[in-house]
Formats: sequence, C-alpha cells, structure tokens
Amino acid sequence: MLSMYWEVIRIRFLMMLAYRVNYYSGIVIYSLNIGVYYFLWMAIYGGESSLQGLTSLQMATYIAVSWMARAFYFNNLDREIAQEIRDGTVAIQLIRPYPYLLVKVFQGFGEGLFRLLLFSVPGMIVVSFIFPIHLPGFSDVWLKFALSLLLGFIVNVQVNILTGVCAFFILNNQGLIRAKRVAVDLLSGLIIPIPFYPEWAQLLLSYLPFQAISYLPSLVLVKGLAGEEFVHAILIQAAWCVLLWIPIRVIWKKARKTLIVQGG
Amino acid sequence: MLSIEAHGLTKEFKVYQSRPGLTGAFRDLFSRQYRIIRAVDSINLEISEGEMVGYIGENGAGKSTTIKMLTGILQPTAGQLKVNGFDPHREREKFVKTIGVVFGQRSQLWWDIAVQESFRLLQKVYQIPADQYKKHLDRMIEVLDIGSLLDQPVRKLSLGQRMRCELAASLIHRPSLLFLDEPTIGLDVLVKENIRQFLKEINREFGTTILLTTHDLSDIEALCSRVVMLDQGKIIYDGSLTQLRTMWGGNKKVHLEMEQEVMLIDLEARTDGLGVSWEKRGPRQYTAHLRNGETTVSEVLSRLVQHVPIQEMQIEEASTEEIVRKIYSEGMTVA
Repeated sequence: MLSMYWEVIRIRFLMMLAYRVNYYSGIVIYSLNIGVYYFLWMAIYGGESSLQGLTSLQMATYIAVSWMARAFYFNNLDREIAQEIRDGTVAIQLIRPYPYLLVKVFQGFGEGLFRLLLFSVPGMIVVSFIFPIHLPGFSDVWLKFALSLLLGFIVNVQVNILTGVCAFFILNNQGLIRAKRVAVDLLSGLIIPIPFYPEWAQLLLSYLPFQAISYLPSLVLVKGLAGEEFVHAILIQAAWCVLLWIPIRVIWKKARKTLIVQGG
Repeated sequence: MLSIEAHGLTKEFKVYQSRPGLTGAFRDLFSRQYRIIRAVDSINLEISEGEMVGYIGENGAGKSTTIKMLTGILQPTAGQLKVNGFDPHREREKFVKTIGVVFGQRSQLWWDIAVQESFRLLQKVYQIPADQYKKHLDRMIEVLDIGSLLDQPVRKLSLGQRMRCELAASLIHRPSLLFLDEPTIGLDVLVKENIRQFLKEINREFGTTILLTTHDLSDIEALCSRVVMLDQGKIIYDGSLTQLRTMWGGNKKVHLEMEQEVMLIDLEARTDGLGVSWEKRGPRQYTAHLRNGETTVSEVLSRLVQHVPIQEMQIEEASTEEIVRKIYSEGMTVA
C-alpha cells in the first residue's frame, strides 16, 4: 500500500514538471511577496529595534520563512476536488480501490515536496543573500521546524478538503474557495503575525485552526521555541489535525450517499 | 455462479426546481421545491459468470445510473445488490479490485503524463506482482497494438488510441467482471472492429463477464448473445438477440427486378392469401413486403417464377437498429 502512495507522490512530481511555466512564475511571485512585505514591515519598524516581542531581524526572518513554508503547505486540493465533483471525474476515482481523500492528501504532499525541494530551499538561499535574516545553524531546531511544518501542512490540507467537498452540496463553490484562501493567508499569521492583532482578535484566532498552519511553524524556527513552548505549539497543531478529521469524515460519508454524478 | 445479482434495484434522484421570476428566485433562497425522479425503477437482473450482455436503452433510460450502482459509485435507494459477491457501495474498496470499468466519455488515465506512468501507478494501486504485471501487460500491448503510444501523454492521443489504452488500463488487474459504458463512441470502423475482437478474446480466454452499454447496436450484434433493454427505468426486454429479432423482426422485404413490366394487380393475384403487399419502385422494379411469420420468401418465389421472369432479387431483413427503434416508438407489449 505504501508503494502506491509513493507512486502517487512521484506522479505529482511528474505533473509539476510537465507544467514548468507555473514553476517559474511561482518563483517570481514569491520573491515579489517577500520583497514587498520585507520593506513594508521595515517601514513599520522604523527605528524601533523590537515590536510585540519580535526584533526587526526576527521579523525579516519570519517573513522569509513563512512565505517559503507557504510554498510547501499551499496546494489547490480544494479547487481540484470541487472540479472533480463538478465535472463528474470523481466517478473514476471511486472505481479505484483506494480511499479517495487520502490519495488527494498525498497528491498535495507530492506537490509540496516538489516546491520545497526545487523552490523553497534554493529560494531561501537566494533570499538570505539579499535580506539580512538570521537562520539557526545545524541544530535540532530544524527537526522541530520540520515536524511543525508537516503538521501545518496537514491542517491546511484538511481545511482545503473541507472546502472542496462542500462542492457536493453547493455545486459551485468558487466563492467559498476564494474566501477560504484569503482567510488562510490573513488569519494564519502569514501577512500579519498573530501578536500584531488586537487582544480580542488574538483570543478569537487562538480558537481557530489557521494559526496552526503558518504562525506556529514559523515561530518554531524564528524564535527557536524549545521545551514547554514547543510542546504546547505542537499539541495545538496535533489537536487541530484530529478535530478537523471529524467533520471531514461526516461530510464525506453524507456526500457519498447523496452523490449525483454530473453529466451522464 | 452469478456475477451480478440485483433484485428490486431502484435509484431515485431529487431534482430541484426553481420558481420563475425574481420573487421566485428569492423564495428559492429559503425553501426549494423538488420532485423525485426514479431513474431506475426496481429492476431485477441476473448475469452469470462469463456472459456478455448488452445493456441498451435510449438516452436517459437509466443505463448509466444502473452501471454506476453496479460499480459502487452510487448508492441504490432501494433493493438488493450483489456483484461478484460484494455489496458494491458498502464494500467499495474491496469490491472494485474485482472489476474493470471503461467510461467512453471519461478518461481514467492521467491526462498530463505518459501512458506508461498511468499503467505503473495502476500496478501499484492494484498491488500486482511485478512479473505477473509485465507478462499480462505485454500481452495486452501486443494485442491492442499500443506499444508506440506508451511514452506519450494521454492528451496527445487520438480518441481511438486513447480508447485502446483505456481498455488496457481497465484490464490491468485481470478483473473477472468488466463494465463498458459506450466504449466505441466516436470511433472509426477499424478501431471498433479491433476492440470487439479483443473483447471476444479476453472473454474466451479468461472467462471475463462483460456488461456493455452502447448506442451502437452493431457492437451488440458482434459481441452479445443476450440483450437487456431498458425504458424509463424499467427492463422491458431481457433475452437473446435472435429472439428479439424473430419477435420484432417485422416485415421482410424482397426487392425484385423483372425482365419486363408486370401489372401490380397481376402480382397481387398470384400471391393472394400469402399476406404480401406489393409496391412498384421504378421501371421493372418491385418490392414485396412479407408480413412476419405468415409466409416465407421461397413460397412467394415459387408462385412467381413460372409466370414472371425474374432478373435480379434481393432480400432485406430488418436491422436490429430498426427493431429497437420500432420497440421504442410502439412500446413493448409482447414481453
């Protein structure tokens, strides 16, 4: 069974390679984003050395790390699932002896790995020459970051799947997908780190799954969270992985029952 | 043993209706009206192992819905269903390992990658041991003649090429039951022939049960001994193709070309009592319409030859296509 998932990842690699232009344009877009947010935040910092517990150096690192992490966790599974439901290709998926959603997760993982290896890592090296950022050397911080990033990926995939399978009930959920994308970018701490939100918003965000996607993994690397703080962050992420699995199960089961295959 | 066993199989869909006008659209926001459509209406179907069955019906008769229930994609609203000994919907993952499916209108190969990569993924999906996989696939590649297509992405293949690859893909795990949903749609005669030959071969060699839906009745004539006909969700005929023909074959036509002009009245008088009606098609050309069952061609000829010199003769039988058209327009009363 494992070899099948490995094959799924491999196929996704091949597909990403088949569309190289996307890959190149991605590099441009991500470097632009990092540049824009770097200069924006440096202007906000002005002469201050530290705001909301983040030094300007940590902030620069945070921007670079969180965008590079986004390259890994971001995927279009929601749109793919919605598309497959709309045009009826989901029927083809259901005649295969595998759990459809899990295969989707691995497709997303393949896509993430592709971007991580061919995009984030080289991108990070380039960025570190241009902007003054500080990354830890070879230490266990990287391992902790990897674990946290993986959990962030899982939470994001689950949010995506949840949005995608809604297409079973609302046959055109483009609007929902777009709203979700903005919500994730904004509320996950990618655009504005969580401590910069007002108190009440921080409280609210701590009850939402979005911070587990981007803010917590980035924090692990930038601030080098250790000990209790690190365990706490990981537990929050793990809790969301488990919690989000429940509505997915329920909706997927109901969806399978009410499935109408569109178009003959 | 039975491959497919269905009793009272039913599928209902809710179809939402929108009210007319702007106020109607507003009211739809709060409460939707719907009506229930029975796409498949308590059908009974038993298909034994190794059979090749043609499943025909007009558009919207419920063919595709039946196939989707039999393959576990849709959950039946009511009725019992056992396919290959499984409940297709509930035991989907175990069940689908034993079947192969080809949807003529949908590709099961991965669009952007080479055909052989799709095959390789399927090998992993179905967990086929490497040596067995290679032997079986090589054989199919040879028979279907797709060796030169393997390294091309699916989107670059022509429809006929793609369909042959689809067939190979659906049989990669040697299923004991194969569903074909309009497999020859839009294909040219040569490819059709090639595919039919291949299907016959796997049926003979592996005893694969085949259920085929199609609009092209020549597929069924070439492959299936049994036909199941569906109309408005109900089975209206289930039996052999030959029986269908004799029951509904209708009039035979005999086209005759005489050596000289003959009066129609003269012909009618000579075949009096045989239930033959005559028609003049042109100079010296006549057509005799023989009512089914009442008389035979030889009887008509024996009455004519001594008196009327016949130059040429052609017998025309109703094609299956005509028969089916007739059944749909007149309704099935005999079955």
